[in-house]
Amino acid sequence: MLDAIHSATAVEWIVASLILLGSLFALIGSIGLWKLPDFFMRLHGPTKATTLGVGALVIGSLIYFSSRGEGLSMHELLITIFLFLTAPVSANMLAKAAMHQRAKRVERTKGQPWD
Amino acid sequence: MLHTVILLCLCIMAVAVVLNMLRLLKGPDLPDRILALDTLYINAIALIILLGLYLDSDLFFEAALLIAVMGFVGTVAIAKHLLRGDIIE
Repeated sequence: MLDAIHSATAVEWIVASLILLGSLFALIGSIGLWKLPDFFMRLHGPTKATTLGVGALVIGSLIYFSSRGEGLSMHELLITIFLFLTAPVSANMLAKAAMHQRAKRVERTKGQPWD
Repeated sequence: MLHTVILLCLCIMAVAVVLNMLRLLKGPDLPDRILALDTLYINAIALIILLGLYLDSDLFFEAALLIAVMGFVGTVAIAKHLLRGDIIE
């Protein structure tokens, strides 16, 4: 294990920290989805954390596959761009659907758009 | 070292997927379950990217992109169905 740490290159360090950051963000988003009390709070967790998490993961793998000497590998970036474009749209649709269904909310969630 | 970190990240993402599954099973309302499915497909994309890193192969990104497109279309379709009672009017 120590040998592996000493022989690791700079690219490996960067990629390792990026994918660790990304998976921790995704885990935090899922913990938010599990722990928060009502739907409108639960919407907040995953829509922010998972896009950032997948973004960091994809940038990590982009750096890894670009460092193998086969030229710049950019098609991973499509996933990130697509997720960054679509995450707000689907979150908006979900919030509208929840408001339409009059999802239960706790006292702390302010604003009653259907009144 | 990268090998160990990728295994650790796969374990972390597995815990995240289990939390999403719990919310999918529990979720009191229909929008909660849709949100759980939405998070689940995003976490599946993360798992596929990690698998591509682990197997050192860049064949997996097309699958991840397909899951992203289909998941988005599915989420929007179900949310639209809840809003209107109909998908294509």
